[in-house]
Amino acid sequence: MAKANKIKTTKDQKIFNCIAYPLLTLVTVACLIPFWMIVVTSFTDNSYIAVNGYQLFPTAWSLAAYQYLFKAPKAILRAYCVTIGITVTGTVIGLTCMTMAGYVLNRKDFPYRNHVSFFIYFTTLFSGGMVPSYILMVSVLDLQNSYWSVILAGLMSPFLIILMRNFMKSIPDALIEAATIDGANDFQIFVKIIIHLAGPGIATVCLFLALGYWNNWYTPMLYLTKSKMYPLQYYLYNILTSAQSAQQSGQAVEGVQFPGESIKMAMAVVATGPILLLYPYVQKYFVKGITIGAVKG
Amino acid sequence: MKQAASAAPKKKKKGLLYDLKKHWIMWLMLVPVIVFFIVFHYLPMAGVYLAFTDFSFKGGLFGSPWVGMQNFKTLWDQGKIAYLTRNTICYNIAFIFLGNFCQIAAAIVLSRMTNKIMKKTYQTIMFLPYFVSYVIVQAFSYALFNSGSGMVTMLVRNLTGNAGFAPYSTPGIWKYIIVLVYLWKQIGYGTVVYLAAITSIGDDYYEAAQIDGASVMQQIRYITIPLLVPTFIVLLLLALGQIMRGQFELFYQLVGNQGQLFEATDILDTFVFRMLRVSFDVGIGSAAGLYQSLVGFCLIMFINWAIKRNHEEYALF
Repeated sequence: MAKANKIKTTKDQKIFNCIAYPLLTLVTVACLIPFWMIVVTSFTDNSYIAVNGYQLFPTAWSLAAYQYLFKAPKAILRAYCVTIGITVTGTVIGLTCMTMAGYVLNRKDFPYRNHVSFFIYFTTLFSGGMVPSYILMVSVLDLQNSYWSVILAGLMSPFLIILMRNFMKSIPDALIEAATIDGANDFQIFVKIIIHLAGPGIATVCLFLALGYWNNWYTPMLYLTKSKMYPLQYYLYNILTSAQSAQQSGQAVEGVQFPGESIKMAMAVVATGPILLLYPYVQKYFVKGITIGAVKG
Repeated sequence: MKQAASAAPKKKKKGLLYDLKKHWIMWLMLVPVIVFFIVFHYLPMAGVYLAFTDFSFKGGLFGSPWVGMQNFKTLWDQGKIAYLTRNTICYNIAFIFLGNFCQIAAAIVLSRMTNKIMKKTYQTIMFLPYFVSYVIVQAFSYALFNSGSGMVTMLVRNLTGNAGFAPYSTPGIWKYIIVLVYLWKQIGYGTVVYLAAITSIGDDYYEAAQIDGASVMQQIRYITIPLLVPTFIVLLLLALGQIMRGQFELFYQLVGNQGQLFEATDILDTFVFRMLRVSFDVGIGSAAGLYQSLVGFCLIMFINWAIKRNHEEYALF
């Protein structure tokens, strides 16, 4: 505290503040503007947008977009359910596997831990690429139009396994040794001791996994072809791109009103809402995870 | 080999089979991960042989004719490899250097803030874009740039009087848009990393410098920045190793299938994707993918080798 006061009094700190605060304010405002715009547009009258374009401070308000969305909520609800289902299933399976792996790879008395770690790490150095993975999933495993393709594609990643292993390092080896002497086997040690002590690591990896599944639109685009199966983000993607290609390429006839500018944005709000609501509470776990896992692999 | 094993002291070096028996529970716990990586990462590596075939879904994996280097030759003859490689690498270099610069600057400023609440608020907001999906990024870019009602489109039209301005038919501006969006999305992530590195520096350096009369700028210049260099180098090396891999989601959501923009914005990843899903040219696609993986792999190996010779502590593996 004393130090903070001392810094505050110096003159150059004041000068520094004079430059730093406005600069950072600018950056944070820039970070927020897109969100502001989406939310505001979703509440704007559609014909107003057609005339004036997207604006930061529109003057014609309307709830029509949300009324429209919630009048026939079936498609959105289905997309929501699909996303929740995929997220929960994938996170539970992936988390279980990676927690066990992190535990074993951190056991000092497991002689092959470095070999297995490198076996996992090597996949970040060389990969077969998108095409062989696609062919494997579609032609060999025959998982096209199965939710398992989306779940399996994001199930584990080298980053998260190494992150989990690094988290496990904070658990003292003496505990494991003591449990071994007491006659517990390796799996019992994991269930009875490790799981309870690795809480922060498990929470962090769980959130990374869940975020990945929730925001995933790419593997659904590759592997799901039936529009009824689309998860939320890919459903949103399709709504956004539906009337868009004609407009982007400039073939649009001026003056023709495109349906649902505000509905698109309302859809984006609905799809991102849960994340934004949870964000303040989960943010600290991500900060921790990045700090522990990002630099030294 | 046997001699070495028996000569080695203690229980180590007794062979994999022995260990499988001894630590069977731990191996069993690793089975899901090992199987997953074999199936979804190592099997596709064998799939690079598709690059040498004229693959068709009808012929299947083994029924498609072998064509040798034909796919690579086609790629080369079309002249695409050159600009795809150039785009991929140039964008990544811009991302790496501008990204790290902004992140370091933001982290330093945040770390010097005396108001804890402001600091927390700023950091939270800057980290927010990292959490939204790239589909939302597309919604932003649509709201800003679409030719009918985008905010930037309208603004430029009103300011310059050029009523025909349409961002999606102006390739020149996209390199700036893409880099800006990347910075926007990633600034929070990198700032967290650098902020952690700054926090670990320790107060005594700064206290000593203050006693010696160092100004804030001098403290940053002579203490903070030099002590951030190791973190920067590690991140730089990791990023350089991935320089052949493009940000597929970013490019695909921003540019999509806008053919007019490809010359300026197409990267290897988006090209491979289009070959696979739009023109169904699996052979060409996997040839481009293999080229990307191989060059990337050689780069990493070279970087690691060069680092290991001079600065062992920075080696990637």
